[in-house]
Amino acid sequence: MSERGTTSWYGPLDPAPDAGWTEAPPRKGFFTDTSICIGCKACEVACKEWNAVPEDGLLMLGSSYDNTGALGASTWRHVAFIEQPKALGPQEAGFAGTAAGPPGSDVLNRTADSALTGDRTALGTDSSRLEVGPAGLGAVDLGMPSMTLPGSVDGAQRTDFRWLMASDVCKHCTHAGCLDVCPTGALFRTEFGTVVVQDDICNGCGYCVPACPFGVIDRRAGEKGVTKNAGIAQKCTLCYDRLGDGLQPACAKACPTTSIQFGDLDELRERAEKRVEQMHAQGIPSARLYGEDPCDGVGGVGAFFLLLDEPEVYGLPPDPVVTTRDLPAMWKKAALAAATMLAGAVAVFVGGGS
Amino acid sequence: MNDRPAGALDEGPATPGAAEAVGTSDPGPAATAVVGSGGGRRRKGGRGRGERGEQPMVPPAEFTSYYGRPVVKAAPWEHDIPAYLFLGGVAAGSSLLSAGADLTGRPALRRTGRFGALVGLALSMIALVRDLGRPERFHHMLRVAKPTSPMSVGTWMLTLYGPLAALAAAGELRPFLPPRLRDGRLGRVLGGGARPAGLTAAVVAPAIASYTAVLLSNTAAPTWHAAHRHLPFVFVGSASAASGGLGMMATPVSEAGPARRLALGGAVLELAVEHRMEAAMGITAEPLHAGHAGMLMRASKALTAAGVVGTALVGSRSRAGALASGAALLAGSACLRFGVFEAGQASARDPKYTVVPQRERLERGGPTRSA
Ligand code: SF4
Repeated sequence: MSERGTTSWYGPLDPAPDAGWTEAPPRKGFFTDTSICIGCKACEVACKEWNAVPEDGLLMLGSSYDNTGALGASTWRHVAFIEQPKALGPQEAGFAGTAAGPPGSDVLNRTADSALTGDRTALGTDSSRLEVGPAGLGAVDLGMPSMTLPGSVDGAQRTDFRWLMASDVCKHCTHAGCLDVCPTGALFRTEFGTVVVQDDICNGCGYCVPACPFGVIDRRAGEKGVTKNAGIAQKCTLCYDRLGDGLQPACAKACPTTSIQFGDLDELRERAEKRVEQMHAQGIPSARLYGEDPCDGVGGVGAFFLLLDEPEVYGLPPDPVVTTRDLPAMWKKAALAAATMLAGAVAVFVGGGS
Repeated sequence: MNDRPAGALDEGPATPGAAEAVGTSDPGPAATAVVGSGGGRRRKGGRGRGERGEQPMVPPAEFTSYYGRPVVKAAPWEHDIPAYLFLGGVAAGSSLLSAGADLTGRPALRRTGRFGALVGLALSMIALVRDLGRPERFHHMLRVAKPTSPMSVGTWMLTLYGPLAALAAAGELRPFLPPRLRDGRLGRVLGGGARPAGLTAAVVAPAIASYTAVLLSNTAAPTWHAAHRHLPFVFVGSASAASGGLGMMATPVSEAGPARRLALGGAVLELAVEHRMEAAMGITAEPLHAGHAGMLMRASKALTAAGVVGTALVGSRSRAGALASGAALLAGSACLRFGVFEAGQASARDPKYTVVPQRERLERGGPTRSA
């Protein structure tokens, strides 16, 4: 909507100068090239170590090699792990002609799923309540000797197969919903153009949590004095402390494949464009960038990605828009509604009668 | 210690392996024997089938998610927040009623309104502070004033409104003070200040009732956000109905005419706009009908409608009728707030409501672009 054109609530801009930094360094960010992620989770570990992020649960989710689950108050990097019946470009999985096995993943999924929906104890799921029914663990085919190929199902053939791995993180949006709605000023824009929570200011109102279009930030559960920063909104800081000392963030430093690349956002965007072109030339047309466009619904993000499938496959929103884009319209409606109420109240007294 | 958000994981899909079922029309768990599961496709409604009494409102379509996990996070808010929405609305409407009663010489209605506003306000402030992760830091809200944050705007409006509503209510206590105090300085302040304070509070009050809609809508929770054009009207209607109901209950029938009319007008506005709101919301209206939220919304409609009928038929004739109708309106308003709250939370927990509308948007006009 063009009437917002001149405000800095929406549209492409450089966030640090917009927030009032006069001599801001070039905007910093991440380019996460998921095509070379090997799912080792070194980034998750390095992040936890450097930032002293508390334990985030010791669940085995069973749905894949991802036992972290999702980003959260105590999970600032999350490596997604996806198994798909698709070919990865020209690669050959080597399964052609081999028999398909039983759908063991169904059992795992069922277990994980009941784990996710069961009543949770302080440390995770109360396993006594897991609903693993007759179709669950009891029915697993262990592949005991038989007349057919172990595990073969009705002569079915294996499909194509690929693994996708992606290390997700706070996007450090140009227009950050979390920062916009923060009523205490605890969330602020750094000189590097990133978005950081000040632990000593946040009062845990929780508004940033539903405001983030990517489901990144969360309020840390736990007891004050026992869990670090309990009751306070927490997320990736893009290692604000390390950046101040000229170091790169812990996750990028630890990444063994350079899947996580840190640097000046402008330069990262150029590099990413080239990488996509290269992959297209190599016969991987599904490669695409996500979040790099300064004209998208959040004004482009500081931590953008190269993906090999649709964003929602990785748990990312396909077309995120900062909620603040619609806020001027909302305020107008609210003012109109308030005026309606006031007029109504006047009318009920002026209207006569008892 | 496990602080994964309530919204992130523990409301996982009801069907195991909900993230798979690649391209099949039967999303049943056993029929999804594809290699792998993440990032597969499942049908809209695959989760709600039957279990939640959810009626498919649109033809089934497919969408993809990461193991059925939420894309956006539900707010970490408990029932304090919908309670606050309700109580703030009661306070706002009561301030309006008391100001009008003050100006038109209806002392009983004035008293009800002023006390209603004060009690509503006090309880809603308790709810707000209780809901913080760090209640002892509630005053950090007063460090900044941000028009981009409805919570900040609301805090400042309450900071203005609170003392005014309190002073107006305190004025009602003057006759009960011992003569020395009543005629002393305190008494004079109370006596002289109550009316201007009450009138000023009444000017701010409607904004208190309507901004709470923006508080919910200015989020990525699909159902709250999609309601943003209508929700302020629904909420001021609900606040009027509730405060009118309270006025009817606590004021003699002969003086409660304005309360009845406010209640009727508010309830009709709420019911009518809520209906239009749902029609405009597409798939994100579904959570308003499903599960616990759906129950609350149905209860709200029934109670509010009953309150309307009762108010119109017997509200002005019998005290008992006024009591019953007023109570129904208050309960209807409370159910509405809790219903809208829970529907928004449910919409955040199910990736369907984030992914499908965005996909539809993409298919219609390509990615959202600002320039
Ligand atoms: S991704 Fe979410 S938490 Fe990160 S800056 Fe954007 S809105 Fe804030």
